[in-house]
Amino acid sequence: MQVTMTVNDVEVTREIEGRLLLVHFLRDVLSLTGTHWGCDTSNCGTCVVWLDGEPVKSCTVLAAMAGGHEVRTVEGLAKGGELDPIQEGFRQCHGLQCGFCTPGMMMTCRALLDKNPDPTDGEIREAISGQICRCTGYATIVRSVRWAAVHEAAVTQ
Amino acid sequence: MTTVHEPKLSQFDDNDQKPVGFGRMLRKEDPRFLRGRGRYTDDVQLPGMLHLAILRSPFAHARIVSVDTSAAEASPGVRLVVTGAMLAEKGLAWMPTLSNDVQAVLATDKVRFQGQEVAFVVADDRYAARDALELIDVEYDVLEPVVDVRRALAPDAPLIRDDLTDKADNHCFDWETGDEAATEAVFAAADVVVVEDIVYPRVHPAPMETCGAVADFDAIDGKLRLWSTTQAPHAHRTLYAIVAGLPEHKIQVIAPDIGGGFGNKVPIYPGYVCAIVGSILTGKPVKWMEDRSENLISTGFARDYIMRGEIAATRDGKILAIRTNVLADHGAFNGTAAPVKYPAGFFGVFTGSYDIEAAYCKMTAVYTNKAPGGVAYACSFRITEAVYLVERIVDCLAHELDMDPAELRLKNFIQPEQFPYETKTGWVYDSGNYEPTMRLAMDMAGYADLRKEQAEKRARGELMGIGIAFFTEAVGAGPRKDMDILGLGMADGCELRVHPTGKAVVRLSVQTQGQGHETTFAQIIAEEIGIPPADIEVVHGDTDQTPFGLGTYGSRSTPVSGAAAALVARKVRDKAQLIASAMLEVSVADLDWVKGAFQVKGDPGKSVTIQDIAMRAHGAGDLPDGMEGGLEAQICYNPSNLTYPHGAYICVVDIDPGTAQVKVRRFIAVDDCGTRINPMIIEGQVHGGLTDGVGMALMEMIAFDEDGNCLGASLMDYLIPTALEVPDWETGFTVTPSPHHPIGAKGVGESATVGSPPAIVNAVVDALKPFGVRHADMPLTPSRVWDAMRGQATPPI
Repeated sequence: MQVTMTVNDVEVTREIEGRLLLVHFLRDVLSLTGTHWGCDTSNCGTCVVWLDGEPVKSCTVLAAMAGGHEVRTVEGLAKGGELDPIQEGFRQCHGLQCGFCTPGMMMTCRALLDKNPDPTDGEIREAISGQICRCTGYATIVRSVRWAAVHEAAVTQ
Repeated sequence: MTTVHEPKLSQFDDNDQKPVGFGRMLRKEDPRFLRGRGRYTDDVQLPGMLHLAILRSPFAHARIVSVDTSAAEASPGVRLVVTGAMLAEKGLAWMPTLSNDVQAVLATDKVRFQGQEVAFVVADDRYAARDALELIDVEYDVLEPVVDVRRALAPDAPLIRDDLTDKADNHCFDWETGDEAATEAVFAAADVVVVEDIVYPRVHPAPMETCGAVADFDAIDGKLRLWSTTQAPHAHRTLYAIVAGLPEHKIQVIAPDIGGGFGNKVPIYPGYVCAIVGSILTGKPVKWMEDRSENLISTGFARDYIMRGEIAATRDGKILAIRTNVLADHGAFNGTAAPVKYPAGFFGVFTGSYDIEAAYCKMTAVYTNKAPGGVAYACSFRITEAVYLVERIVDCLAHELDMDPAELRLKNFIQPEQFPYETKTGWVYDSGNYEPTMRLAMDMAGYADLRKEQAEKRARGELMGIGIAFFTEAVGAGPRKDMDILGLGMADGCELRVHPTGKAVVRLSVQTQGQGHETTFAQIIAEEIGIPPADIEVVHGDTDQTPFGLGTYGSRSTPVSGAAAALVARKVRDKAQLIASAMLEVSVADLDWVKGAFQVKGDPGKSVTIQDIAMRAHGAGDLPDGMEGGLEAQICYNPSNLTYPHGAYICVVDIDPGTAQVKVRRFIAVDDCGTRINPMIIEGQVHGGLTDGVGMALMEMIAFDEDGNCLGASLMDYLIPTALEVPDWETGFTVTPSPHHPIGAKGVGESATVGSPPAIVNAVVDALKPFGVRHADMPLTPSRVWDAMRGQATPPI
């Protein structure tokens, strides 16, 4: 079947199998390998991307279901050459180690800040509770999101 | 030896511009990960690449009667179907494990654990390969499995390893350490003896990235390129040469970015070999990437020790001796990745941080119908089990003596003047100063206030527990006279080349899986030769580009490869000094090294920088007589001893008396890993290990039903902590440098995984003291805590 969607502001049309998962479409068909595949049960969240601005686990979305919709991946997070504040926050606060969960974490956290620009530590933990990181122990991820929140607030003032 | 309390850096302090040396520095590797430009094994896409999928056994123990692949071969997109029988014809059905056992690449005679590899398919895409697996028809004759480790040596237990000649039972090995008679004498005369059965259940490292490989065999020049999820690319290359008979110089193993290892990516798995065979037979690049269930059911598990701990002491709390008897479950093949002379890893450090009179351990290891493995999950070669045993049994003693567990530990520590300290099992601890570390943790926790709060809560019927663990780790394997893996000495190479403009490239034999080597190794080199970290390229993970070495596991990168990096830099600096003396026309003895430049003693205005020297080394000017041009060096570092980091951990838990749910309220971790290269990275490593500890203590277990079905085969069943299960960690540190390491550094990657489980379990047991509980086994899930509250605690296996 043929599917057309917008990925990181670019419209793409491809011939695919109906059963193709969005995560494999992004990785294997579009070569956007920043989105990772970590489990098959929607538990780990390393595959999180945005579908029309909402974080979804792309291992449990069929590529066909994304047809006509807007998808954003980690590759579409930086604006121009400049890192998004959430990316800069992860860098400043050591919010990543092996980097495997990082794209999914950042997509979720960016979406959180878009809805709630000043989240508490508890709200940040709640937001990422559907995702697993084996390296950081989460505290530095919480700090990273706070860093982004504080710096965005400083810019808008 | 000094203990220094450095001022705590604010979490946002940043000296990214740091010109040279140690301190918090943002990671050089981060920009690619932040932009989704990391390059993991599954990201490798080669022209014409095919995909491989593995058919696995649904049974724990069964004889293979027949395998029919005809329908699979006819399936659309399928290029190749391979069975064990086909591999056997090529002599490739079995491969050696890292413990001198053998393991089936694809089963030929029997399957011996659920999830064992039976056949593989190579097809045009992932989905076509998976489709074809469904069409392979395997007829099994199901056999009785050995699941209960305690029955593995029963006379009527089914024989698992009938592939081994003269094997009549499921015995794997026996091992002992210490002095049995001396220990018995101390126990016989002791005032107090405490005995406790302590189980460390089977768990799994479950890195976020599963295992996989891309094999690309070029038949024209006979070269195999293999991208794989390996923590030890050089060791793997040599083993492929031995297994597959390919010449070693024609094998290039590339470990690209790795999405976490934790020991899971040390062994060679059948899937890697299948990918190689698939590429050789199809003439195309072949990718194999396991899914999460395959990772959990078939790759290297950890722990699975059933331990009887015994401790002898005086009535006033002087520990005299520790004794243990261990039954170790090694699964169907002995696939532990430990140095050959250490079949139980470094479990021999079970005497912990205490100055005692005698110790003895006897261990029996057995085969069962479960996945192979054993040494993984940041265990520092079984020190997790050893520290858990000693820290749990010491708490049992405190319970028996009605003594404060902190006071009991402080009373028995090895004293600073006793280092280097030889334990009763023969380990020589290089340095340590335990009391300040313990006191700092107690201060940070507000220990006295916590005990007061606990007493008040107990009076109200609330359940609050305070758990302490103090650990001594042994990391940095290891001295080649004692330690090798399949005959390969555990030394590490390092090469440093300074380019004419003063920029440098350092080539390492170890491989990062998130530890930040591209940053810390640049800092080590910078500290030694004064070239800024930003000007130093760190190359690793490619056997064609790096010197030989044994890889990253057991917290060995800083103790071994970090030492190599410091020493190779000093070699370069020594040569630079000779060149500087010629440039400045003074004798070598008249030069002072001020980071980054040599200057004439007493005349700071006369100096040359390392960059000046690099240009001269490659330039047209004269060099000292007999000196070759260039500014580079290489080294192979053989450590003289392990390094012994230590730490004091305090955990505070609250337990809901109505639901038995354990909440970790606070966790204070004070680590002493000697010289600290990058405090930010150290803190991150500690945080990760503490989270592992919460998982193991409260949630994680790979369990089996009576038929040998793995009950932890997905992340729905194998529970890993999320951000909601862990507190905001409180960390501190002391610094006791290693006397034999060139920069005084010790490893830290696994300290927190080693030290945190006993602190958490001790806290839970402490909370349950009103119920008379002295011990309860992990994982302390609500139902298991509930049972303990009712006096019905049972072992998990």
